[in-house]
Amino acid sequence: MTSATPDSFSSARPDAISLGPVAWAKKNLFSDWFNSVLTVVIVTTFGSGLFRLVSWALTTAQWGAIPNNFGLFMTGTFPSALYPRIWALLAIVCGLAGLSWGVLGRNVSTLFSRSVLIGLAVVCAFIILFPPTRPSSLKLLPMVALVAVAAAAGRQVARKFPGVGQLLSLAWFLSYFVALWLIGGGLGLTRVSTNDWGGLVLTLFTAVSGIALCFPLGLLLALGRRSALPIVRWLSTGYIELVRGVPLVALLFMGQVMIPLFLPLGSRPDRILRAIIALALFSAAYLAENVRAGLQAVPRGQNEAAASLGLNTPMTLGFIVLPQALKIAIPAIVGQFISLFQDTTLLSIVGLAELLGIGKSILANPTYLGRYAEVYLFLAVIFWFFCYAMSLASRKIEEKLNTDH
Amino acid sequence: MRKLGLLAAALGLTLAACGGATTTTDGDEGATSSGGGRLDVVKSRGQLICGVDGGIPGFSFVDESGTYMGLDVDVCKAVAAAVLGDAEAVEYRRLDSTERFTALSGGEVDVLSRNTTWTISRDTSVGLEFAPTTFFDGQGMLVKTDSGITSLEDFAGKAICVETGTTTELNLTDQMRQLTVDFEPVVFQDADAAYAAYSEGRCEGMTSDKSQLVARRSTLPNPDEHVLLEVTMSKEPLGPVTTNNDSAWFDVVKWTTYGLIQAEEFGITADNVATFEGTDNPDIARFLGQEGTLGTDMGLPNDFMAQVIAQVGNYGEIYERNVGADSEFALERGQNALWTEGGLMYSPPFR
Repeated sequence: MTSATPDSFSSARPDAISLGPVAWAKKNLFSDWFNSVLTVVIVTTFGSGLFRLVSWALTTAQWGAIPNNFGLFMTGTFPSALYPRIWALLAIVCGLAGLSWGVLGRNVSTLFSRSVLIGLAVVCAFIILFPPTRPSSLKLLPMVALVAVAAAAGRQVARKFPGVGQLLSLAWFLSYFVALWLIGGGLGLTRVSTNDWGGLVLTLFTAVSGIALCFPLGLLLALGRRSALPIVRWLSTGYIELVRGVPLVALLFMGQVMIPLFLPLGSRPDRILRAIIALALFSAAYLAENVRAGLQAVPRGQNEAAASLGLNTPMTLGFIVLPQALKIAIPAIVGQFISLFQDTTLLSIVGLAELLGIGKSILANPTYLGRYAEVYLFLAVIFWFFCYAMSLASRKIEEKLNTDH
Repeated sequence: MRKLGLLAAALGLTLAACGGATTTTDGDEGATSSGGGRLDVVKSRGQLICGVDGGIPGFSFVDESGTYMGLDVDVCKAVAAAVLGDAEAVEYRRLDSTERFTALSGGEVDVLSRNTTWTISRDTSVGLEFAPTTFFDGQGMLVKTDSGITSLEDFAGKAICVETGTTTELNLTDQMRQLTVDFEPVVFQDADAAYAAYSEGRCEGMTSDKSQLVARRSTLPNPDEHVLLEVTMSKEPLGPVTTNNDSAWFDVVKWTTYGLIQAEEFGITADNVATFEGTDNPDIARFLGQEGTLGTDMGLPNDFMAQVIAQVGNYGEIYERNVGADSEFALERGQNALWTEGGLMYSPPFR
């Protein structure tokens, strides 16, 4: 279809409009006997699978484990008296997300197009109707409203003051430390030992920290590997190849078991910090290769053109090469971020109560013995939501940065 | 480039922030193990740090309100009640089986109460001290009631599901070789997969520790159709653990554990412990610290056992509510009954 010439495109168009659903099905699904058989087989297989899943979810499944433990899934053993701090954090993140959306969409004709409205409606319906999350999650509806209001406000502001985007980046950057403060306490708030961090909050915190740390590190490693200085090149190559040859589980165990043996007793770093460092060091090696692929895809002529304009090396890199290289590497980089997010589940085997770990604890509660399918399905939905959000965001960024016309 | 600099600054700040948070929480622990007296450290910290698994039905899990529960957890609570007078003054640290001993010897936890089997190599070469056993486990075999299998010999030519890389697998092969029974082992990396295969009929038997088998049986589609064989293939004495070279601390853990058993033998429970105030039985008066100096000799309040029993209960109560008759598992006392009732639970005298 994409290669269609204007002629064939215009001739096909009235055809498509006149096609009713029956005719469409006949053309696309039952055009000959082979396609008909294929359609019937696929539809019955998937249909019966889906039917069984739905009927299991509605009749056999006992969803009690999830609403009763919703707080645990979200925050682990975080003291429930301090939950308002987590809600405040969520409100900050939602507000910033809404503002960013508004600012990014300042040039779009309408922010709330039909597909966006449908999306919002689906999210609200999901929050209201999905049985496992019903009691505690109704508080999420105001959060959705907050996103929408912040988006509208952000759009208005951004139209008047175009420079607001810079401020927003700074706000996101600062929000990380606000999050650290809200979760961990200190400076006037009750301290919460990292031992009590858990659930989704811990998963997101480790993933965000890991991503924030591994990106600059990976960038430096990629540049180092292509450096003209032999020692820098050897060191970077050595690091990348060494880390890529070790499974993440081994690195995590090394972080939890071996680091304490090397350090004097008083200076043992926190377990969560150790895990974040292991995750970041691991992902940085893979990220470096993704960025290197982007760097290699930038034509040599770009470097030479920059040099002939009199740009020095840092300027060439910062203004000419890296923007192009990173744009090319976005899909691979986001893929790496998604896999880092999923790798946080491995923290459960080094004793941290992130989503999967707290799930294991809940399954050990005699009341919920054997509720594996329900709990793991719920966790899968949460993971899918965040991973899909990430890949959606990456697609939007790609569209925005797309300069080929 | 500016952004890169910003990111680098963020990186540094994050590390500093996390690091800063660390030293405040872990600082006191570091000073502990070098100083020697772990008992003093726990007292001055006002909190016991106890290593648990966090995901073993009946032994340690998290309930809806986020509090830790289970038999292993109650042992932690008993030690906290003895030392600090408050069973809730415990910080639970979740430990994986690989890191539990390093965490203990590195001083990250004061006591390990995590389904740890007492073996000679762990006691000697790993450098641990094993307090009295709080649960005598053993490897058992789960079969379907209608399979007609009543002993290990019946497994000739039949399949047995087992988790790989555990002592369970080695015990099974040793036992079967001794009996010269030719069976087919079906090994799984993961316990969930092994039980799923067993319930689908992939194997005739499923072997693991009895406490586990009983817990898992209640998750099978028809629990009543499965039965534990009357065989015990291994000895798995589980109990709390401390490190070598700190006898004072080890004594505290050891005698608190014995105290739980002794209390059951005396018939002192959480409900009736107050009625023993001013008892004329000299043994009980000494035990509860109304006479003598049993507690203060150890560096504890003299009424430490009265605190433990009032707040946690005696061994029988702990057992029944976590794995016994009052729980989902309804595990018989068996070897875990008092010595007076044919079990192995025996406390040396408190005098």
